[in-house]
Amino acid sequence: MNKVYDLIIIGAGPAGLSAGLYASRAKMDVLILEKENKGGQIVTTSDVANYPGSIRNATGPTLIARMVEQCEEFGTQFEKGTVQKVDFSDDIKKLILSDGKELQAKSVIIATGAYPRKLDVLGEKRLTGKGVSYCATCDADFFTDMEIYCVGGGDSAVEEALFLTKFASKVTIIHRRDELRAAKSIQDKAFKNPKIDFIWNSVIDEIRGDGIVEEMVLKNTQTGEKTIIMADEEFGTFGVFVFVGYIPNTDVFKDQIEVNDKGYIETCDNLKTSKPGVFAAGDIREKSLRQVITAAADGAIAAIQAEKYISSKEY
Amino acid sequence: MLELNKDTFEEEVLKAEGFVLVDYWSDGCEPCKALMPSIEELSEKYDGKVKFCKLNTTKARRLAISQRVLGLPAILLYKDGEKVGECSKDDATQQNIEAMIEKNL
Repeated sequence: MNKVYDLIIIGAGPAGLSAGLYASRAKMDVLILEKENKGGQIVTTSDVANYPGSIRNATGPTLIARMVEQCEEFGTQFEKGTVQKVDFSDDIKKLILSDGKELQAKSVIIATGAYPRKLDVLGEKRLTGKGVSYCATCDADFFTDMEIYCVGGGDSAVEEALFLTKFASKVTIIHRRDELRAAKSIQDKAFKNPKIDFIWNSVIDEIRGDGIVEEMVLKNTQTGEKTIIMADEEFGTFGVFVFVGYIPNTDVFKDQIEVNDKGYIETCDNLKTSKPGVFAAGDIREKSLRQVITAAADGAIAAIQAEKYISSKEY
Repeated sequence: MLELNKDTFEEEVLKAEGFVLVDYWSDGCEPCKALMPSIEELSEKYDGKVKFCKLNTTKARRLAISQRVLGLPAILLYKDGEKVGECSKDDATQQNIEAMIEKNL
């Protein structure tokens, strides 16, 4: 007989870790599954200034390390594995991993988060890590004194553009519309920054280069007119940083629980999904604010709801 | 793991015989630091077969760019000084890196 956990949490970002902590403290038998490294998107952040209480040395990784330690202290178990298939139709939920292993649980919390959306243009994939980047803190210093183009008009695009001005000689924001979507306070900073320039009503059509980014083709969204941007002679390359939103990691669950047209899971206030005993927490949910603190709050609520669900079922 | 810098890179990697793996990382790259324990683990597993090195690109930017590395994390495998494999960004997972080593050994 396979072991049946009280709760399996899929994803070890802030939502999953918070859920693990609350569930373990409620004396549940809990497993957190993570496909890569613990922490989720926040580990690429060098400075976490807006999570209450995280003042000294608060980087994404230090915050996550403390969350993991706290979970382990209360008995949360961790396992590395990628979920390939799920069956939520019975009282005992089944998860099949990519190595064929089957896990069983009385309740499940989906905390799989989201990943950065790609532009989906010619050359983008081939030149990722060769000038094309989705992580400013990872790659900014390669472009010290060089030019950087930043794609997108939301909060993260403009904030990252501001961060990149500390390195680049010039940062140009390319946006498909003629105005930014970012919060007014962030916009003001960008408009005031002498290193930031804008190309409006434009999208990248193609990125070219032999081994590294050397030129790209922009297309005007109004006129269809194409312009080529070439690297300067001195460096022979430039940076293309892409911040055009996120895609939720719900593919594996789509045939089992309801997701909206953007792929996010819509839940009630108690974070229930369309299947009893299955809850959703963190960036995977349709919500207005995606931050560590909202993810952590979700985790706590989902864990307590899972505990209530199990008690009511009297397994 | 052997710590490289811009002065030792040529001797230890480009002029070296056999397999050399270089973990390109930087102070600001948090995913690189998260990946590091996996690389340490692999360095023990392939001890004697592959020379494991790391290079902090913050102090060797031009060198990294000369190796066509413009994004981190980047794990490159060299054989007799020639690049034979690369796992970077999303592809830089322990599983992929091990597969790259196995394919080339």
